[in-house]
Amino acid sequence: MLNPDLVGSTFEGATSTTISAESIAAFAMALGESDTHIAPPTYAITISLEQSQAVLEGSGLDWSRVVHGDQRFAINKPLTAGMVITCNSTIESARMVAGNEIVTVRSDLIESGEVAVSSWSTLVFRA
Amino acid sequence: MSTLTAGQVLAPKTYIINRAALVTYANASGDQNPIHQNEEFAKSVGLENVIAHGMYTMGLVGQYISEIAGSRSKVKEFSARFTKPVVVPADTDVELVVSATVVEIVDGCAKLEVSATCNDVKVLGMTKAVILL
Repeated sequence: MLNPDLVGSTFEGATSTTISAESIAAFAMALGESDTHIAPPTYAITISLEQSQAVLEGSGLDWSRVVHGDQRFAINKPLTAGMVITCNSTIESARMVAGNEIVTVRSDLIESGEVAVSSWSTLVFRA
Repeated sequence: MSTLTAGQVLAPKTYIINRAALVTYANASGDQNPIHQNEEFAKSVGLENVIAHGMYTMGLVGQYISEIAGSRSKVKEFSARFTKPVVVPADTDVELVVSATVVEIVDGCAKLEVSATCNDVKVLGMTKAVILL
């Protein structure tokens, strides 16, 4: 079970990611799209999910039992090639439902000090 | 983009999901969980067969929404719940049918409620988007 003291804590990503045109193109094309300029609305997951996992690593939760429950994006500024992004993740909530632990992590993708995209991932750790 | 009005039902679109598409998505997204590629592994953890990444299904819906908006840059909010896995047997094209309804028009934005089904089974729940008009 997640240490309840971790709820509300924020972990600042140590490294920044420069979004490449190639990674946007590969992601868009995997979704069957040829427009490769602006990242698809779900592209932020390629940055935020890794960060969410890093945040929860060592928390005692079993990653082999995880299921993605919910996902939400708020897009203030669409992601495009060349943007330099840092990602801060906050454990917003953790609760037990029928033996499953349900954890919501918000990841803020920040460019030049402003949040470009916020991504909320709710992960269900099955009993 | 044509003008959207509250209550408007938008034309459905069908997307094809197959094993090759899941491998391409895994490489592009970095999500290499074997349940999305390896049938033996998927079955060993109690799944019926290989299942699509929830984020792949949501990504296809994102393309549908972007198309309605006229540009990806107009998608402001997008959310979904992964209610049922999309099972993808070998050598099979699974059809994902996506449609949407305009719930309301507020402050220059349209709020959409989206439906995503495979074989008439809802695979995403609570799927909503806000797009700039």
